Amino acid sequence: MNRVFGDRKTILILLLPTLAIYVLFKVVPVAWSLGLSFFEGNTLRGFEFVGFDNFTTFFSDGAALQSLRVSVMFAILATIGQVTFGYLLALLYVFVLRKGSAFLRTAVFFPMVLPTVAVALLFRSFVSVGDTQGPVNEIINAAGGESVEFMASTSGTMAVALAMTLWSSMGFYAVLLYTGLLDIPDEVIESGRLDGASGLRLVRHIIIPLSLPILLSSIIFSLNATLKVFDSLLALNNGGPGTSTAPLTLYMYRTAFEYAEYGYGSTIALVLTLLCLVFTLTVFRSSRQRVED
Amino acid sequence: MVSRRNRRKPTAAGLALVTVVTLSACGGDDATDGGAGGDPEAFTVLTANENATLEAQLTALAENQCKAENEALPMEHQKTAQADTVQKVTLLASQDSLPAHFIAGTAMVRPDGDLGAAGKVVDYEELLTEAGAWDNILPAAASTVEHIYGGMVSLPYQYNLEGIWYNKAIFAEVGLSEPQTFDQLLAAGEELLAAGHQPFAQAGAAGWPLTRIIGMYIFRNVGPDAMEKIRDGEASLTDPEYLAGAEALQQMAESGFFGEGFISLEPDAATAAFLSGRAAMKYDGTWALSNINDEEQNQIGLENVGFMPFPDVEGGAGSVDQWPANAGAAMAANPDTAGPKVTAWLECIAENYGEQALSDAGVLSGFRVNGEVTDIPETTKLVQEKIAEIDETVAWFEALFDAKSNSLASTNVTLLTTGQMTPEQYMTELQASIDAAR
Repeated sequence: MNRVFGDRKTILILLLPTLAIYVLFKVVPVAWSLGLSFFEGNTLRGFEFVGFDNFTTFFSDGAALQSLRVSVMFAILATIGQVTFGYLLALLYVFVLRKGSAFLRTAVFFPMVLPTVAVALLFRSFVSVGDTQGPVNEIINAAGGESVEFMASTSGTMAVALAMTLWSSMGFYAVLLYTGLLDIPDEVIESGRLDGASGLRLVRHIIIPLSLPILLSSIIFSLNATLKVFDSLLALNNGGPGTSTAPLTLYMYRTAFEYAEYGYGSTIALVLTLLCLVFTLTVFRSSRQRVED
Repeated sequence: MVSRRNRRKPTAAGLALVTVVTLSACGGDDATDGGAGGDPEAFTVLTANENATLEAQLTALAENQCKAENEALPMEHQKTAQADTVQKVTLLASQDSLPAHFIAGTAMVRPDGDLGAAGKVVDYEELLTEAGAWDNILPAAASTVEHIYGGMVSLPYQYNLEGIWYNKAIFAEVGLSEPQTFDQLLAAGEELLAAGHQPFAQAGAAGWPLTRIIGMYIFRNVGPDAMEKIRDGEASLTDPEYLAGAEALQQMAESGFFGEGFISLEPDAATAAFLSGRAAMKYDGTWALSNINDEEQNQIGLENVGFMPFPDVEGGAGSVDQWPANAGAAMAANPDTAGPKVTAWLECIAENYGEQALSDAGVLSGFRVNGEVTDIPETTKLVQEKIAEIDETVAWFEALFDAKSNSLASTNVTLLTTGQMTPEQYMTELQASIDAAR
């Protein structure tokens, strides 16, 4: 075996097909898109080289900056919610329910497999008002309050979008973190208990530090997924009211495909990629510092 | 580490070079000339998923009146989601693979649009005149098409008027007659509210059912050339007479004319609200006739459906005789495949579509009806009579906007109607977008 993998030619033969596919379908499109961000136009009108014009446009484009804010805000709030609730659920599985957690794990994980658009339509009908009033407003009415039109305000739409994201994905993060918690040796927890640590102190001084790597992975996972949020906000309220909940991905889609400005659309995609990179590196950096501390 | 970095540089540079070279190759593929080309292997027709009527009526023609043309060049249908039209047609056109007859975005087919500038749309007036079939296009429809698209580049498969559908029974119950001025419309709305009726059913989720009201107020206030002045930069949406349109819509919304939850109301639900008697009025197009004439949907009865123009604005330069009209989505033809067989197909469509669509689906088109059609529902007759009286038409609020401003007008209208945006902010943002596209 060693002889086979020690031979450079064999390695090359084995790697080449995969590498070729990877380059063709991943590297080339990415480089293509990167190149497109220096051009303006579309496949029909033709492309014109504009240098850094698209980048200067981006930073003076109110709609683009607003979308950037929406993406960042959504990513931060959704990540805090997903990871916190996921972690609490994981602690519940491991320390309270223990072996009896299988049913709850499955039940909480289940919304993850539902299509996002279907979930968005479900939540939209939950909070609807008027002729087809949903259960949320029925409850508000029953409690003596007036119906709230969630989809008419930015905060209302955002709240529903966040609730929806939490409902559908916290089960996934719970399972991810649960596997991390299972890796903590029982002896460590036991010795902690013997030393007098229990409840919150045990979690704070033993569990969290030992599950920090998987916790950081979850944060990076969550940030990257929520920064690229598209279908849920589109299906929920079409990025509205107005364009106040339109994330960068939706603005990118509209720019490229509805307004046929492929060059500027690629610039927005590049900004989004850089944003994901910055967030990931920031989390990595802070984790390394913690470990060094 | 150093050697590794050095090795990466040429790779990155190579990739960048490949990208730029391929992109410039792409950029070089510019406009191709129009003009009659050779016939394709089939008469491919690209229509929107949302418009099932058009496919059904064209298929009916292929089986009956246009059987000979269909045998010479069989018809093949291709479909697209209406929202994907611009993307799909742009790609097909850039690959020289446009179907013979296809749906296109409004801005694309204009002389300065991507297809118009590249000479990728047929001038139907020229083609049908040569074929001796031009008199099958109603002059009013031709004028509407030319006005909206800047040339005769679309066939008028529909000819729609827009106005206010109203429930005669509710009007009689409250003691109202057709409002003649916008102030009377507001007063009627207040009376309806006081009597416990919702005045309007407008689908806020779609955006345009609300922006149309801004546009109509402006046409009545400024005159029929109001939006051309905006396009040509002779006036601004922030001028007081234009601003009044946004103020009028906001006032209607704040008075509660559109009912609870109108922001997320979908078009079908709004139509159902009107046809079940839950709302007294609905600003909509005559395309709603297919719903109104459907006994299952129409619970208020055909005899209780009235249709009136958007009323005058006192002291305004426009008039109720100027009906907003449109000729459906753009249906262009590809000049590269417009050979004799395709021309024969288009000629047959022009001669027979009017009668076919009216008798089979009750659809009013911009084609002459060459034959007698009986059993036309009362409401369709009413609209036919209105069309016959029309001398002058206007477009709609966003008709002459670029794609981005068009979208902005619809998305921001929610903020305007819920008071999260002032009329000044709404119009200023829209005008800025129009200016940026110039």
